[in-house]
Amino acid sequence: MVILKCPVCGGDVSVEDDALPGELVEHECGAQLEIIKQNNRLNLRLAEEVGEDWGE
Amino acid sequence: MRIGLLYDILRWEEKNLVEESKKLGFKLYPLYTKDTVFFSNELKLNEDIDIFLQRNVSHNRALVTSFIIEQMGYHVINDYNNLILCENKIFTTYLLSKHNINVPKTYVAFNRISALEYAKKLGFPVVVKPVEGSWGRMVAKADNADTLYSYLEYQEFTNQKYKDIFYVQEFINKPNRDIRVFVIGDEVPVGIYRVNEGNWRTNTALGAKALPLKIDEEIREIALKVQKIVGGFFLGIDVFEDKERGYIVDEVNGVPEYKNTVRVNNFNLSEFLLKKIAEWVKR
Repeated sequence: MVILKCPVCGGDVSVEDDALPGELVEHECGAQLEIIKQNNRLNLRLAEEVGEDWGE
Repeated sequence: MRIGLLYDILRWEEKNLVEESKKLGFKLYPLYTKDTVFFSNELKLNEDIDIFLQRNVSHNRALVTSFIIEQMGYHVINDYNNLILCENKIFTTYLLSKHNINVPKTYVAFNRISALEYAKKLGFPVVVKPVEGSWGRMVAKADNADTLYSYLEYQEFTNQKYKDIFYVQEFINKPNRDIRVFVIGDEVPVGIYRVNEGNWRTNTALGAKALPLKIDEEIREIALKVQKIVGGFFLGIDVFEDKERGYIVDEVNGVPEYKNTVRVNNFNLSEFLLKKIAEWVKR
């Protein structure tokens, strides 16, 4: 597991070592977060809201 | 086999594709499109990839990345041409109608007054849909001219892409369900009923319950005919049942979701899809 920081509340968020960018994580503070890769390391950002063009 | 996975959100389907690829011994290269930048003078990738699978949840990203990857000389499932036809409901409806596939009676108008006037020809209730969109979003049923007028006015003052193109359809008095069948390559392996007791819209995104579907010969033939018309290797086709007219094809999805289909049918769709792609690549 990797411990990352929630960009909203600063709390700890654990994700799998082999997590892929684009994976969504719900944090206990209520934020929906998205895993990203920056400089070859996993990180978190606030997930994008549902877009008008989203769907099947 | 080496498969590139074009995606922007890792939903259940994409995670499952990663897992099933591992089990089959295929190499899967995830390409997270949201953080990828493409240069027009660099039309090649570092990885050696046999074929790409398009799984972007955003239609815009799906269409553009399928197009760019195809310019690099790769095949993409589904290709940008198929996505153009599926994502725009006008294109899908008119193309299928031209080829004698039963579709809901539909008209397209370019101003609110015509859109309102011609609803009488169809007879109320009518259904208004955004030209592009999914998951039943902003799909509305108007029971009379007054309600229709309000919906058209709302549409005109939104900021949606086709706000001044009005797509109006007859309301099909279907049972409380519709059908979703999947075409994979040249097969129609699985499907579901989508049942909604409390909403005439039967999208699972709006709470419809999935139930297993036994695919009959007629629906198989319709699905394969649709595939030949719109193209594409992996499609989710939505079908209504009408007492008098039989099966009516409502929509075709170019990047279909299948989590509920797998769950209720106990059918490993990711594995089936990956194996069919491998067969296609070998040809």
